[in-house]
Amino acid sequence: MVVENVNPSVYQRLEERTVSETDYDNNYEDMIDEREVFDIIRNLQDPEHPLTLEELNVLDIDSIKIDNKSSTCRVEFTPTIPHCSMATLIGLSIKVKLLRSLPSNFKTEVSIKEGTHASETAINKQLADKERVAAALENMNLLQVVNRCLEDEYNR
Amino acid sequence: MLKLLTTLSGHDDMVWCVAWNPKGNLLASCGGDHSIKIWSDDGSNKWICRATLSDGHSRTIRWVSWSPCGKKLATASFDTTIIIWKQKNEYEFEIVANLEGHENEVKCTAWSIDGGFLASCSRDRSVWVWDVSEDEEYECSSVLTSHAQDVKHVLWHPQKNLLVSSSYDNNIKMYQQDVDDWICTDTLESHESTVWSSDFDPSGTKLISCSDDKTLKLWKVDPEKIDKNTNWSCYSTISGYHNRTIYSVKWSKVNGLIATASADNSIHIFKENESNDPNEPTLTLLFNRTNAHDQDANCVDWNPVHENLLASCGDDGTVKIWNYVD
Repeated sequence: MVVENVNPSVYQRLEERTVSETDYDNNYEDMIDEREVFDIIRNLQDPEHPLTLEELNVLDIDSIKIDNKSSTCRVEFTPTIPHCSMATLIGLSIKVKLLRSLPSNFKTEVSIKEGTHASETAINKQLADKERVAAALENMNLLQVVNRCLEDEYNR
Repeated sequence: MLKLLTTLSGHDDMVWCVAWNPKGNLLASCGGDHSIKIWSDDGSNKWICRATLSDGHSRTIRWVSWSPCGKKLATASFDTTIIIWKQKNEYEFEIVANLEGHENEVKCTAWSIDGGFLASCSRDRSVWVWDVSEDEEYECSSVLTSHAQDVKHVLWHPQKNLLVSSSYDNNIKMYQQDVDDWICTDTLESHESTVWSSDFDPSGTKLISCSDDKTLKLWKVDPEKIDKNTNWSCYSTISGYHNRTIYSVKWSKVNGLIATASADNSIHIFKENESNDPNEPTLTLLFNRTNAHDQDANCVDWNPVHENLLASCGDDGTVKIWNYVD
Protein backbone atom coordinates (compact mmCIF):
# COMPACT_ATOMS: atom_id res chain seq x y z
CA MET A 1 0.00 0.00 0.00
CA VAL A 2 1.27 3.47 -0.89
CA VAL A 3 1.18 5.81 2.06
CA GLU A 4 -0.40 9.07 0.91
CA ASN A 5 0.57 11.35 3.74
CA VAL A 6 4.15 10.26 4.45
CA ASN A 7 5.02 12.57 7.25
CA PRO A 8 1.94 13.71 9.14
CA SER A 9 2.04 16.27 11.96
CA VAL A 10 1.53 14.67 15.34
CA TYR A 11 -0.48 16.51 17.96
CA GLN A 12 -0.49 16.31 21.74
CA ARG A 13 -3.06 14.07 23.39
CA LEU A 14 -5.65 15.60 25.67
CA GLU A 15 -5.13 14.91 29.39
CA GLU A 16 -7.17 12.08 30.90
CA ARG A 17 -10.67 12.80 32.08
CA THR A 18 -11.03 13.96 35.68
CA VAL A 19 -13.18 11.55 37.60
CA SER A 20 -15.87 13.31 39.57
CA GLU A 21 -17.70 12.09 42.67
CA THR A 22 -20.98 11.68 40.82
CA ASP A 23 -19.30 9.06 38.61
CA TYR A 24 -19.56 6.66 41.55
CA ASP A 25 -23.11 7.63 42.45
CA ASN A 26 -25.62 5.18 40.96
CA ASN A 27 -28.48 7.51 41.78
CA TYR A 28 -27.01 10.32 39.75
CA GLU A 29 -28.46 10.53 36.24
CA ASP A 30 -25.38 11.05 34.13
CA MET A 31 -26.05 12.46 30.67
CA ILE A 32 -23.71 11.54 27.85
CA ASP A 33 -21.42 14.49 27.20
CA GLU A 34 -18.92 15.50 24.52
CA ARG A 35 -15.96 14.37 26.60
CA GLU A 36 -17.44 10.90 27.00
CA VAL A 37 -17.96 10.53 23.26
CA PHE A 38 -14.48 11.90 22.61
CA ASP A 39 -13.01 9.23 24.88
CA ILE A 40 -14.90 6.57 22.92
CA ILE A 41 -13.40 7.60 19.57
CA ARG A 42 -10.11 9.41 20.33
CA ASN A 43 -8.03 6.23 20.20
CA LEU A 44 -9.31 4.92 16.87
CA GLN A 45 -6.30 4.06 14.73
CA ASP A 46 -5.45 5.79 11.50
CA PRO A 47 -5.59 3.22 8.65
CA GLU A 48 -2.10 4.24 7.45
CA HIS A 49 -0.10 5.27 10.52
CA PRO A 50 0.34 3.71 13.95
CA LEU A 51 -1.24 6.84 15.40
CA THR A 52 -4.65 7.66 16.80
CA LEU A 53 -7.18 9.98 15.17
CA GLU A 54 -6.57 12.38 18.07
CA GLU A 55 -2.81 12.40 17.54
CA LEU A 56 -3.37 13.22 13.87
CA ASN A 57 -5.85 15.96 14.81
CA VAL A 58 -8.54 14.21 12.74
CA LEU A 59 -10.68 14.55 15.85
CA ASP A 60 -10.67 16.91 18.79
CA ILE A 61 -13.22 17.49 21.50
CA ASP A 62 -14.77 20.38 19.56
CA SER A 63 -15.61 18.01 16.70
CA ILE A 64 -18.36 16.50 18.84
CA LYS A 65 -21.86 17.81 19.48
CA ILE A 66 -24.25 15.94 21.76
CA ASP A 67 -27.94 16.62 22.20
CA ASN A 68 -29.40 14.33 24.84
CA LYS A 69 -32.91 15.69 24.31
CA SER A 70 -33.10 14.46 20.74
CA SER A 71 -30.57 11.62 21.35
CA THR A 72 -28.32 12.97 18.63
CA CYS A 73 -24.54 12.70 18.38
CA ARG A 74 -22.79 14.66 15.64
CA VAL A 75 -19.12 14.13 14.87
CA GLU A 76 -17.15 16.17 12.35
CA PHE A 77 -13.72 14.88 11.43
CA THR A 78 -10.88 16.53 9.55
CA PRO A 79 -8.94 14.37 7.07
CA THR A 80 -5.17 14.93 7.30
CA ILE A 81 -5.00 15.88 3.62
CA PRO A 82 -7.79 17.14 1.29
CA HIS A 83 -7.48 14.20 -1.12
CA CYS A 84 -7.22 11.49 1.51
CA SER A 85 -8.61 8.28 -0.02
CA MET A 86 -9.05 6.88 3.50
CA ALA A 87 -11.64 9.49 4.48
CA THR A 88 -14.64 7.20 3.93
CA LEU A 89 -12.98 4.41 5.89
CA ILE A 90 -12.12 6.75 8.77
CA GLY A 91 -15.71 8.06 8.84
CA LEU A 92 -17.06 4.51 8.76
CA SER A 93 -14.81 3.49 11.66
CA ILE A 94 -16.05 6.43 13.76
CA LYS A 95 -19.63 5.52 12.85
CA VAL A 96 -19.19 1.84 13.75
CA LYS A 97 -17.49 2.64 17.06
CA LEU A 98 -20.36 4.96 18.00
CA LEU A 99 -23.03 2.49 16.86
CA ARG A 100 -21.44 -0.14 19.08
CA SER A 101 -20.88 2.13 22.08
CA LEU A 102 -23.81 4.53 22.37
CA PRO A 103 -27.33 3.50 23.45
CA SER A 104 -29.24 2.09 20.47
CA ASN A 105 -31.73 4.96 20.35
CA PHE A 106 -28.92 7.45 19.62
CA LYS A 107 -28.77 8.92 16.11
CA THR A 108 -25.18 9.24 15.01
CA GLU A 109 -24.15 11.63 12.26
CA VAL A 110 -20.58 11.46 11.08
CA SER A 111 -19.38 13.95 8.49
CA ILE A 112 -16.28 15.66 7.18
CA LYS A 113 -15.61 19.14 8.54
CA GLU A 114 -16.66 21.66 5.93
CA GLY A 115 -13.93 22.65 3.53
CA THR A 116 -11.39 20.00 4.49
CA HIS A 117 -11.84 17.40 1.75
CA ALA A 118 -12.20 17.53 -2.02
CA SER A 119 -15.14 15.09 -2.13
CA GLU A 120 -16.75 15.85 1.21
CA THR A 121 -20.32 16.09 -0.15
CA ALA A 122 -20.15 12.64 -1.75
CA ILE A 123 -18.50 11.05 1.29
CA ASN A 124 -20.94 12.69 3.71
CA LYS A 125 -23.89 11.41 1.69
CA GLN A 126 -22.48 7.89 1.77
CA LEU A 127 -21.88 7.99 5.52
CA ALA A 128 -25.42 9.28 6.10
CA ASP A 129 -27.02 6.49 4.04
CA LYS A 130 -27.74 3.83 6.65
CA GLU A 131 -28.66 1.28 4.00
CA ARG A 132 -25.23 1.54 2.39
CA VAL A 133 -23.55 1.54 5.81
CA ALA A 134 -25.51 -1.62 6.74
CA ALA A 135 -24.46 -3.28 3.48
CA ALA A 136 -20.83 -2.23 3.96
CA LEU A 137 -20.78 -3.76 7.43
CA GLU A 138 -21.90 -7.11 5.99
CA ASN A 139 -18.77 -7.11 3.84
CA MET A 140 -16.33 -9.24 5.83
CA ASN A 141 -13.19 -7.81 4.22
CA LEU A 142 -14.22 -4.26 4.92
CA LEU A 143 -15.34 -5.14 8.43
CA GLN A 144 -11.88 -6.56 9.14
CA VAL A 145 -10.25 -3.31 8.07
CA VAL A 146 -12.71 -1.30 10.18
CA ASN A 147 -12.13 -3.53 13.21
CA ARG A 148 -8.40 -2.99 12.86
CA CYS A 149 -8.96 0.79 13.15
CA LEU A 150 -11.04 0.11 16.26
CA GLU A 151 -8.22 -1.71 18.05
CA ASP A 152 -7.40 0.64 20.85
CA GLU A 153 -3.74 0.53 21.80
CA TYR A 154 -4.09 2.93 24.74
CA ASN A 155 -6.72 0.81 26.44
CA ARG A 156 -5.34 -2.59 25.58
CA MET B 1 -55.30 9.48 15.95
CA LEU B 2 -53.15 6.43 15.42
CA LYS B 3 -54.04 3.70 17.87
CA LEU B 4 -51.47 0.97 18.45
CA LEU B 5 -53.14 -2.43 18.12
CA THR B 6 -50.09 -4.62 18.62
CA THR B 7 -46.30 -4.72 18.69
CA LEU B 8 -44.78 -7.81 17.10
CA SER B 9 -41.31 -8.84 18.20
CA GLY B 10 -39.44 -11.79 16.82
CA HIS B 11 -36.92 -10.38 14.38
CA ASP B 12 -33.38 -10.39 15.80
CA ASP B 13 -32.26 -7.28 13.96
CA MET B 14 -33.64 -4.16 12.30
CA VAL B 15 -36.81 -4.69 10.24
CA TRP B 16 -36.57 -3.06 6.83
CA CYS B 17 -39.90 -3.76 5.17
CA VAL B 18 -43.50 -4.77 5.87
CA ALA B 19 -46.08 -5.75 3.22
CA TRP B 20 -49.73 -6.84 3.38
CA ASN B 21 -50.95 -9.56 1.04
CA PRO B 22 -53.73 -8.50 -1.39
CA LYS B 23 -56.46 -10.06 0.81
CA GLY B 24 -55.15 -8.05 3.76
CA ASN B 25 -55.05 -11.07 6.11
CA LEU B 26 -51.31 -11.79 6.08
CA LEU B 27 -48.43 -9.43 6.81
CA ALA B 28 -44.89 -10.20 5.68
CA SER B 29 -41.84 -8.58 7.27
CA CYS B 30 -38.10 -8.90 6.62
CA GLY B 31 -34.81 -7.47 7.77
CA GLY B 32 -31.25 -7.73 8.98
CA ASP B 33 -31.68 -11.21 10.49
CA HIS B 34 -31.92 -12.73 6.95
CA SER B 35 -35.45 -13.96 7.58
CA ILE B 36 -38.98 -13.27 6.41
CA LYS B 37 -41.81 -13.58 8.90
CA ILE B 38 -45.48 -14.07 8.08
CA TRP B 39 -47.94 -12.72 10.64
CA SER B 40 -51.70 -12.99 10.97
CA ASP B 41 -54.55 -12.38 13.35
CA ASP B 42 -55.78 -15.54 15.16
CA GLY B 43 -59.39 -14.33 14.98
CA SER B 44 -59.42 -12.78 18.45
CA ASN B 45 -57.22 -9.78 17.63
CA LYS B 46 -54.11 -11.62 18.75
CA TRP B 47 -51.34 -11.51 16.17
CA ILE B 48 -49.14 -14.56 15.70
CA CYS B 49 -46.02 -15.30 13.69
CA ARG B 50 -47.23 -18.08 11.38
CA ALA B 51 -44.00 -18.76 9.53
CA THR B 52 -40.33 -17.79 9.51
CA LEU B 53 -38.64 -18.22 6.15
CA SER B 54 -34.94 -18.28 6.89
CA ASP B 55 -33.40 -20.75 4.46
CA GLY B 56 -33.24 -18.52 1.43
CA HIS B 57 -30.96 -15.51 1.74
CA SER B 58 -27.48 -15.23 3.24
CA ARG B 59 -27.54 -11.49 3.90
CA THR B 60 -30.01 -8.73 4.87
CA ILE B 61 -33.42 -9.01 3.21
CA ARG B 62 -34.24 -5.48 2.20
CA TRP B 63 -37.65 -5.86 0.61
CA VAL B 64 -40.61 -8.22 0.40
CA SER B 65 -43.49 -7.90 -2.09
CA TRP B 66 -46.60 -10.02 -2.71
CA SER B 67 -47.71 -10.92 -6.22
CA PRO B 68 -51.16 -9.55 -7.17
CA CYS B 69 -52.63 -13.09 -6.92
CA GLY B 70 -51.36 -13.25 -3.33
CA LYS B 71 -49.77 -16.68 -3.82
CA LYS B 72 -46.17 -15.57 -4.28
CA LEU B 73 -43.60 -13.47 -2.49
CA ALA B 74 -40.56 -11.85 -4.04
CA THR B 75 -37.71 -10.95 -1.69
CA ALA B 76 -34.75 -8.69 -2.44
CA SER B 77 -31.50 -9.24 -0.58
CA PHE B 78 -28.09 -7.68 -0.10
CA ASP B 79 -26.80 -11.13 -1.19
CA THR B 80 -27.51 -9.89 -4.79
CA THR B 81 -30.35 -12.36 -5.42
CA ILE B 82 -34.13 -12.24 -5.60
CA ILE B 83 -36.06 -15.25 -4.33
CA ILE B 84 -39.59 -16.17 -5.40
CA TRP B 85 -41.51 -18.03 -2.69
CA LYS B 86 -44.76 -19.79 -3.49
CA GLN B 87 -47.50 -20.52 -1.00
CA LYS B 88 -47.77 -24.32 -0.63
CA ASN B 89 -50.57 -24.20 1.87
CA GLU B 90 -51.90 -21.66 4.32
CA TYR B 91 -48.68 -20.73 6.11
CA GLU B 92 -46.09 -22.74 4.20
CA PHE B 93 -43.93 -21.25 1.49
CA GLU B 94 -41.37 -22.89 -0.78
CA ILE B 95 -38.71 -21.45 -3.01
CA VAL B 96 -39.65 -21.75 -6.68
CA ALA B 97 -37.05 -19.47 -8.25
CA ASN B 98 -33.78 -17.78 -7.41
CA LEU B 99 -33.08 -14.83 -9.70
CA GLU B 100 -29.47 -13.92 -10.19
CA GLY B 101 -27.88 -11.22 -12.29
CA HIS B 102 -27.54 -8.08 -10.23
CA GLU B 103 -23.91 -7.29 -9.47
CA ASN B 104 -24.59 -5.82 -6.07
CA GLU B 105 -27.18 -5.56 -3.30
CA VAL B 106 -30.79 -5.80 -4.50
CA LYS B 107 -32.79 -3.04 -2.85
CA CYS B 108 -36.39 -3.56 -3.95
CA THR B 109 -38.77 -5.69 -6.00
CA ALA B 110 -42.26 -5.00 -7.35
CA TRP B 111 -44.89 -6.96 -9.31
CA SER B 112 -46.87 -5.37 -12.13
CA ILE B 113 -50.63 -5.26 -11.54
CA ASP B 114 -51.30 -8.10 -14.02
CA GLY B 115 -48.56 -10.22 -12.43
CA GLY B 116 -46.81 -10.54 -15.79
CA PHE B 117 -43.69 -8.58 -14.83
CA LEU B 118 -41.41 -8.33 -11.86
CA ALA B 119 -39.09 -5.34 -11.47
CA SER B 120 -35.97 -5.23 -9.32
CA CYS B 121 -33.36 -2.59 -8.59
CA SER B 122 -29.91 -2.60 -7.12
CA ARG B 123 -26.88 -0.83 -5.76
CA ASP B 124 -25.39 -1.67 -9.19
CA ARG B 125 -27.46 1.30 -10.53
CA SER B 126 -29.69 -0.84 -12.74
CA VAL B 127 -33.40 -1.65 -12.87
CA TRP B 128 -34.30 -5.08 -14.28
CA VAL B 129 -37.64 -6.10 -15.75
CA TRP B 130 -38.34 -9.84 -15.55
CA ASP B 131 -41.01 -11.57 -17.68
CA VAL B 132 -43.07 -13.94 -15.54
CA SER B 133 -44.44 -16.91 -17.47
CA GLU B 134 -47.36 -19.07 -16.31
CA ASP B 135 -45.04 -21.95 -15.45
CA GLU B 136 -42.91 -19.77 -13.15
CA GLU B 137 -40.08 -19.10 -15.55
CA TYR B 138 -38.46 -15.73 -14.93
CA GLU B 139 -36.60 -14.25 -17.83
CA CYS B 140 -34.89 -10.89 -17.74
CA SER B 141 -36.39 -8.86 -20.58
CA SER B 142 -34.66 -5.56 -19.94
CA VAL B 143 -31.80 -4.03 -18.00
CA LEU B 144 -32.40 -0.31 -17.56
CA THR B 145 -29.34 1.75 -16.74
CA SER B 146 -30.63 5.33 -16.77
CA HIS B 147 -29.81 6.06 -13.14
CA ALA B 148 -26.34 7.37 -12.27
CA GLN B 149 -26.37 5.88 -8.76
CA ASP B 150 -27.74 3.23 -6.40
CA VAL B 151 -31.46 2.57 -7.16
CA LYS B 152 -33.50 2.43 -3.95
CA HIS B 153 -37.06 1.67 -4.96
CA VAL B 154 -39.23 0.36 -7.78
CA LEU B 155 -43.00 0.63 -8.10
CA TRP B 156 -45.63 -0.20 -10.73
CA HIS B 157 -48.61 1.94 -11.64
CA PRO B 158 -51.88 0.68 -10.03
CA GLN B 159 -53.52 0.03 -13.42
CA LYS B 160 -50.91 0.15 -16.17
CA ASN B 161 -47.57 -1.37 -17.02
CA LEU B 162 -45.78 1.83 -16.12
CA LEU B 163 -42.70 1.43 -13.91
CA VAL B 164 -41.20 4.00 -11.53
CA SER B 165 -37.78 3.93 -9.88
CA SER B 166 -36.21 6.18 -7.21
CA SER B 167 -32.51 6.66 -6.68
CA TYR B 168 -29.55 7.94 -4.68
CA ASP B 169 -28.96 10.20 -7.72
CA ASN B 170 -31.93 12.30 -6.37
CA ASN B 171 -34.13 11.48 -9.38
CA ILE B 172 -37.22 9.44 -10.14
CA LYS B 173 -37.56 7.72 -13.52
CA MET B 174 -40.52 6.29 -15.42
CA TYR B 175 -40.36 3.43 -17.91
CA GLN B 176 -42.77 1.98 -20.44
CA GLN B 177 -42.68 -0.88 -22.88
CA ASP B 178 -41.79 0.12 -26.43
CA VAL B 179 -42.41 -2.76 -28.87
CA ASP B 180 -40.15 -5.42 -27.35
CA ASP B 181 -37.98 -3.35 -25.03
CA TRP B 182 -38.46 -1.06 -22.05
CA ILE B 183 -37.42 2.55 -22.28
CA CYS B 184 -37.05 5.40 -19.84
CA THR B 185 -39.86 7.82 -20.70
CA ASP B 186 -39.39 10.51 -18.08
CA THR B 187 -36.99 11.80 -15.42
CA LEU B 188 -38.52 13.60 -12.44
CA GLU B 189 -35.96 16.01 -11.07
CA SER B 190 -36.58 18.16 -8.02
CA HIS B 191 -35.47 16.36 -4.85
CA GLU B 192 -32.18 17.57 -3.40
CA SER B 193 -31.04 14.25 -1.99
CA THR B 194 -31.72 10.49 -2.21
CA VAL B 195 -35.29 9.57 -3.14
CA TRP B 196 -36.16 6.60 -0.93
CA SER B 197 -39.66 5.73 -2.08
CA SER B 198 -42.76 6.82 -3.96
CA ASP B 199 -46.41 5.84 -4.36
CA PHE B 200 -49.31 6.54 -6.72
CA ASP B 201 -52.67 7.96 -5.70
CA PRO B 202 -55.65 5.60 -6.28
CA SER B 203 -56.30 7.04 -9.76
CA GLY B 204 -52.68 6.69 -10.87
CA THR B 205 -52.44 10.28 -12.13
CA LYS B 206 -50.51 11.59 -9.14
CA LEU B 207 -47.37 10.39 -7.45
CA ILE B 208 -45.94 11.23 -4.03
CA SER B 209 -42.23 10.79 -3.28
CA CYS B 210 -40.14 11.00 -0.12
CA SER B 211 -36.50 11.81 0.33
CA ASP B 212 -33.39 12.27 2.42
CA ASP B 213 -33.98 16.02 1.84
CA LYS B 214 -36.79 15.66 4.47
CA THR B 215 -39.51 16.64 2.01
CA LEU B 216 -42.40 14.98 0.26
CA LYS B 217 -43.13 15.97 -3.32
CA LEU B 218 -46.35 15.65 -5.29
CA TRP B 219 -46.18 15.02 -9.03
CA LYS B 220 -48.96 14.90 -11.60
CA VAL B 221 -49.57 14.07 -15.23
CA ASP B 222 -52.46 14.93 -17.55
CA PRO B 223 -54.80 11.91 -17.05
CA GLU B 224 -55.82 11.99 -20.73
CA LYS B 225 -52.26 11.53 -21.82
CA ILE B 226 -50.84 9.15 -19.25
CA ASP B 227 -49.89 6.59 -21.92
CA LYS B 228 -48.28 9.10 -24.26
CA ASN B 229 -47.40 12.10 -22.19
CA THR B 230 -44.18 11.59 -20.36
CA ASN B 231 -44.34 14.97 -18.78
CA TRP B 232 -44.79 14.45 -15.06
CA SER B 233 -44.40 17.69 -13.15
CA CYS B 234 -43.85 18.53 -9.50
CA TYR B 235 -46.70 20.71 -8.27
CA SER B 236 -45.99 20.74 -4.57
CA THR B 237 -43.21 20.28 -2.04
CA ILE B 238 -44.27 19.46 1.50
CA SER B 239 -41.60 20.36 4.03
CA GLY B 240 -41.34 21.12 7.72
CA TYR B 241 -43.00 17.99 9.04
CA HIS B 242 -39.97 15.70 9.28
CA ASN B 243 -36.64 16.32 11.03
CA ARG B 244 -34.81 13.49 9.32
CA THR B 245 -34.82 11.31 6.22
CA ILE B 246 -38.24 10.06 5.13
CA TYR B 247 -37.80 6.40 4.17
CA SER B 248 -41.29 5.36 3.21
CA VAL B 249 -44.49 6.88 1.83
CA LYS B 250 -47.71 5.00 1.07
CA TRP B 251 -50.89 6.33 -0.49
CA SER B 252 -53.83 4.13 0.56
CA LYS B 253 -55.92 2.90 -2.35
CA VAL B 254 -58.81 2.31 0.10
CA ASN B 255 -59.17 5.53 2.10
CA GLY B 256 -56.90 7.86 0.11
CA LEU B 257 -54.75 8.73 3.15
CA ILE B 258 -50.98 9.15 2.96
CA ALA B 259 -48.66 7.66 5.60
CA THR B 260 -44.93 8.30 6.02
CA ALA B 261 -42.17 6.64 8.05
CA SER B 262 -39.08 8.61 9.00
CA ALA B 263 -35.68 8.37 10.64
CA ASP B 264 -37.04 10.75 13.28
CA ASN B 265 -38.97 7.66 14.60
CA SER B 266 -42.31 9.13 13.56
CA ILE B 267 -45.28 8.09 11.48
CA HIS B 268 -47.28 10.92 9.93
CA ILE B 269 -50.73 10.67 8.37
CA PHE B 270 -51.74 13.21 5.71
CA LYS B 271 -54.84 13.88 3.68
CA GLU B 272 -54.82 15.46 0.24
CA ASN B 273 -56.73 18.74 0.04
CA GLU B 274 -59.54 18.82 -2.46
CA SER B 275 -59.45 22.57 -2.84
CA ASN B 276 -57.80 23.84 -5.98
CA ASP B 277 -56.77 27.11 -4.37
CA PRO B 278 -53.09 27.53 -5.23
CA ASN B 279 -52.52 29.32 -1.92
CA GLU B 280 -53.70 26.38 0.15
CA PRO B 281 -51.34 23.63 1.20
CA THR B 282 -51.82 20.48 -0.83
CA LEU B 283 -51.66 18.10 2.13
CA THR B 284 -53.22 18.47 5.55
CA LEU B 285 -51.50 16.78 8.47
CA LEU B 286 -54.10 14.63 10.21
CA PHE B 287 -51.84 13.07 12.81
CA ASN B 288 -48.21 12.90 13.85
CA ARG B 289 -47.14 9.97 15.98
CA THR B 290 -43.73 10.93 17.37
CA ASN B 291 -41.80 7.94 18.71
CA ALA B 292 -43.93 5.47 16.82
CA HIS B 293 -40.77 3.34 17.03
CA ASP B 294 -37.86 3.60 19.48
CA GLN B 295 -35.49 4.02 16.54
CA ASP B 296 -35.82 4.91 12.83
CA ALA B 297 -39.18 3.97 11.28
CA ASN B 298 -38.31 2.27 7.98
CA CYS B 299 -41.53 1.31 6.26
CA VAL B 300 -45.30 1.73 6.41
CA ASP B 301 -47.99 -0.18 4.51
CA TRP B 302 -51.76 0.42 4.41
CA ASN B 303 -53.90 -2.69 4.52
CA PRO B 304 -55.43 -3.08 1.03
CA VAL B 305 -58.80 -4.29 2.40
CA HIS B 306 -59.33 -3.24 6.00
CA GLU B 307 -59.66 0.50 5.93
CA ASN B 308 -57.40 2.48 8.30
CA LEU B 309 -55.21 -0.50 9.26
CA LEU B 310 -51.54 0.41 8.96
CA ALA B 311 -48.41 -1.70 9.51
CA SER B 312 -44.98 -0.26 10.27
CA CYS B 313 -41.49 -1.49 11.14
CA GLY B 314 -38.24 -0.03 12.39
CA ASP B 315 -34.63 -0.30 13.41
CA ASP B 316 -35.88 -1.25 16.89
CA GLY B 317 -36.64 -4.72 15.47
CA THR B 318 -40.38 -4.45 15.90
CA VAL B 319 -43.36 -4.60 13.58
CA LYS B 320 -46.38 -2.58 14.69
CA ILE B 321 -49.99 -2.59 13.62
CA TRP B 322 -51.99 0.58 14.00
CA ASN B 323 -55.57 1.68 13.52
CA TYR B 324 -56.14 5.20 12.24
CA VAL B 325 -59.25 6.75 13.80
CA ASP B 326 -60.52 10.22 12.90
